[in-house]
Amino acid sequence: MNQKTRHPGLNLGPKHQSADDQAETEVFGFWVFMMSDAILFGLLMATYVVMRPNTNGGPGPQELFELKSIFIETMLLLTSSVAIGFSHLALKHEPRPVKMVLWLLVAMALALGFVGFEVHDFLKMFSEGGTPQRSGFLSAFFALVPLHGLHVTFSCLWAVAILGQMLVYGLDDRVKLSMVRLAVLWHFLDIVWIGIFSIVYIGGLA
Amino acid sequence: MNTWSDVWGFPFGRLTWDALPVMDIFKADGRTELLSGITGTAAAGMAVLGFVLVVILITVKGWWRPLWSEWLTSVDHKKIGIMYIVFSFVMLARALAEAFVMRSQQVVGHDGGGIVMPEHFAQLFTTHGTIMIFFMAMPFLTGMINFAMPLQIGARDVAFPVLNSVSLMLTIAGGVILMVSLVLEPFSTGGWTGYPPYTELSYNPGAGPDYWIWAVTLSSVGSTFTGLNFAVTIYKKRCPGMTLMRMPLFTWTSLCTSILMIFAMPPLTIATALLALDRYMGFHFFTNGGGGNMMNYANLFWLFGHPEVYILILPAFGIWSEVFATFSGKTLYGYTALVIATMAIAVLSFTVWVHHFFTMGQSANLNAAFGIATMLIGVPTGVKIYDWMLTMYRGRVRISVPMLYAIAFLFLFTIGGLSGILLANPTIDYQTHNTLFLVAHFHNMLIPGLLYGMIAGYTMWFPKAFGFRLDERWGYRAAWCWIIGFMGAFFPLYVLGLMGMPRRMSGYFTGEWLPWTIIALGGAAVILAGFLSLIVQLWVSVRDRKRLAVPVGDPWDGRSLEWGLPAPAPEWNFPALPRVEGRDAFATLKASGRDLGPPEDGFEDIWLPKNAAFGPVIGALGTALAFTLTWHMWWAVLPLAALVPLVIIAQGFRRNTEKRIPAEEVRKEWRAFRELAARTPRVPRSSEYTRDNRGHAIPMAQEAAR
Amino acid sequence: MSAADEKRREARSYLIGYALALALTLPIFALVAWDLLPKVAIWWATGVAAIVQIVVHFRFFLHIRLKGQKQEDLHLILFTTLILLLMGGGTLWLLWNLHARMM
Ligand code: HEM
Ligand SMILES: [Cu+2]
Repeated sequence: MNQKTRHPGLNLGPKHQSADDQAETEVFGFWVFMMSDAILFGLLMATYVVMRPNTNGGPGPQELFELKSIFIETMLLLTSSVAIGFSHLALKHEPRPVKMVLWLLVAMALALGFVGFEVHDFLKMFSEGGTPQRSGFLSAFFALVPLHGLHVTFSCLWAVAILGQMLVYGLDDRVKLSMVRLAVLWHFLDIVWIGIFSIVYIGGLA
Repeated sequence: MNTWSDVWGFPFGRLTWDALPVMDIFKADGRTELLSGITGTAAAGMAVLGFVLVVILITVKGWWRPLWSEWLTSVDHKKIGIMYIVFSFVMLARALAEAFVMRSQQVVGHDGGGIVMPEHFAQLFTTHGTIMIFFMAMPFLTGMINFAMPLQIGARDVAFPVLNSVSLMLTIAGGVILMVSLVLEPFSTGGWTGYPPYTELSYNPGAGPDYWIWAVTLSSVGSTFTGLNFAVTIYKKRCPGMTLMRMPLFTWTSLCTSILMIFAMPPLTIATALLALDRYMGFHFFTNGGGGNMMNYANLFWLFGHPEVYILILPAFGIWSEVFATFSGKTLYGYTALVIATMAIAVLSFTVWVHHFFTMGQSANLNAAFGIATMLIGVPTGVKIYDWMLTMYRGRVRISVPMLYAIAFLFLFTIGGLSGILLANPTIDYQTHNTLFLVAHFHNMLIPGLLYGMIAGYTMWFPKAFGFRLDERWGYRAAWCWIIGFMGAFFPLYVLGLMGMPRRMSGYFTGEWLPWTIIALGGAAVILAGFLSLIVQLWVSVRDRKRLAVPVGDPWDGRSLEWGLPAPAPEWNFPALPRVEGRDAFATLKASGRDLGPPEDGFEDIWLPKNAAFGPVIGALGTALAFTLTWHMWWAVLPLAALVPLVIIAQGFRRNTEKRIPAEEVRKEWRAFRELAARTPRVPRSSEYTRDNRGHAIPMAQEAAR
Repeated sequence: MSAADEKRREARSYLIGYALALALTLPIFALVAWDLLPKVAIWWATGVAAIVQIVVHFRFFLHIRLKGQKQEDLHLILFTTLILLLMGGGTLWLLWNLHARMM
């Protein structure tokens, strides 16, 4: 493959010429947005680190975090990132979108599983007195981690919108471009999660 | 006992009659309170009156339809740019009026009384600062870049035209919120920086800080998208041959500003969002108790705040580069040095934010590190000043209106820069922190640096946008007023600051300060005259537009691509994407007797984005959300918030978003333009400001050879 | 190279990425679950593993390479990293410094 990669994420290549041509600008723009988002998450992580000691006499990480469910969440999200990759691959190589849709549904199911476990974590924290109003530490936690979860949720919503567009217009260029961007977003959110589980969860439980 | 309406804030949330400024008059107890109420009521009245008059005018003239279909829904970068600038002029008018009231208060308040109460004064400096930064300066420079940058790089539009319209409408939404806060009080009293505890729930549970939070959030989201859009445009939409090192300097500074926007807006978004979480949901980020820490806020805010001042100044630097080169009839001196200096400033601007709070209590070593980094920025800035001066050296310098501003800028900006180097030293800053010395310093950077630059750019590019020059006589009058007024209004503040007068003070009892505040008031009056002159200039120019017309589009013997287009520039910008062979692309063409067309391989159909209602709809939703959130009208907040993703999804279902301009039409228009140019005599630079100047310049190379 | 080859190679990229990511994640969780190392050592190990894993994701999921692509993509990532280091590092330095001085 000597053709230059034109943008982050899997390139659709010459078989999808017109979509690939537009992708260079569209995905680059989206990627810039991701980088701006990365600053957002990075600063929230820094804020979390500096507020981490401010437990204000309330429960701390050791009491509130549960390694098992963090582990499951991590696996779910990582696997869903691979699934979206296969969906993207199917879009590129398969003549019909069946496989793409199937993999997309798998990725969504895994991501929603991730969100479900997160919600379970949060509810459990609440029941143990770990509410955001309790301390600076918990405020910082609840600004950072659920924001990531919200991103994941909205990615799933976006996936539904893409499927809707496919129903109406078939696999046209707009749908292809949305899929490429969605995949980039999905991988990006997995990278953010690496930061979160390392800094917040492993850092708190070690 | 209606719990439903209590919980859901139905219908008006916590909004009561007390929000009307008139109520302050009824409740007034004492002279100053009464005057304060009258001032507030008058301001609100003026806002309402202005609004009503505009609505009547539009209705009478039958402009609603064209306003909607040709402007508000337009995604043409030139029109969006113009709308940004119109908006920023409106906001400038309000913020200047507020500045005048503040200056008056500091004269009549020398016995502790005056015309506005301390709370009211606090709202004035908060709105003045917030407007000037977020709703005057930012829209002004964004408008300038929008208008000129795509033309300079030979592009048809920005990379994401609809997103561009969204950015504009989000910015306007924030401005609308500020205007509404004039009528439904109060606004925040926490300054443009919005520091807790002034903005925390426990100190100020009212609507003010919430107005501020949402207005600023709308604007910062809009600016993030703007930065993204411009950066991608410059990276991906340059015409063939327009390599990075051939871009005009204004485009370079636009690129650096856009990158700063992408990376510096997130800290602001976080700061306001976390403050909102504190205020709306009882989080403990910046509270006194509960494990909060307000020093976090100062840190986050200035992580944004310092890059922000370079976001503001860099586009002006770009305009100065164009002005000096154009009105000296020379290529820019030290192009490469200027590019490197711009990039150096952009990166360094992320390493100095602590200088805004040297006095917060961190160790001297830490302060020293940030102090030194701050002083370092002086180096690339100094390089630029020399490059501009050397550009004039042995040039064919014309003291045109933009050039007058430029020369004033060289002197005044250097003074402001020197005071900045003083402040960069933490030991000195400990003495001057929070005094009027600082206020003098940053106005000294922002008015001669940014605002003069914007007005110079407005004067220079106006003919490209509308087809006629701005009247020069009124232009000079305005410039002199701005220059003299600035010196009168702000040099005394250096003295007052050194005498120990704190900023943000509504009243005092120190007799020695009074003479200086009187001088400053006089200066402010002259500035006001300068602003009025700009309005008169616009009026006179529109009236005399036949006399001032420059249809051939090159009134100043310009050097970059935009000057090769007709004035006003056609919707599709270029008949065919130009091929660029070097720097100063259009000057090179002119020197060899060529122009921008016709295209070698014939005319082709041009595809342009269709109008979109998406931007205005998002803007309207943003305004409504901000307003209902501020006043706790939860019943409306929820459906509005749900509408936002729905509208975005609906936008995703749009297809056929482009319209076709047939090749034949382009050909006809361009032919007509070239024929007009052939008929129009060329003029030398000595006739620049005469009615002979129809926009057809004798290129400098030929004029010099004569 | 045929389309089938390309497809196989690209699919392999995701699988390699998956395997590497697992290899970098599982031991970290094991360290914490069974308390195998002192706290600070686990932090260091986590930090290193996280950075390597981020690089793995960029390389195998987002297909960012050092060569053979638009330069601006890589520049953007590096610039973002720089800004993150400046902002994050500065924040920690400042607030820890303030914290220490208030003790
Ligand atoms: C042109 C005439 C102007 C006048 C007469 C003026 C006057 C003032 C005055 C009296 C204050 C309050 C000083 C105090 O704290 O005691 C102020 C604050 C401020 N001004 Fe201006 N100003 C002008 C233009 C501008 C411009 C062009 C900008 C920015 C682009 C600007 C930005 C600010 C900011 C950020 C503050 C600080 C607000 C705060 O304390 O939070 N001003 N100005
Ligand atoms: Cu600064």
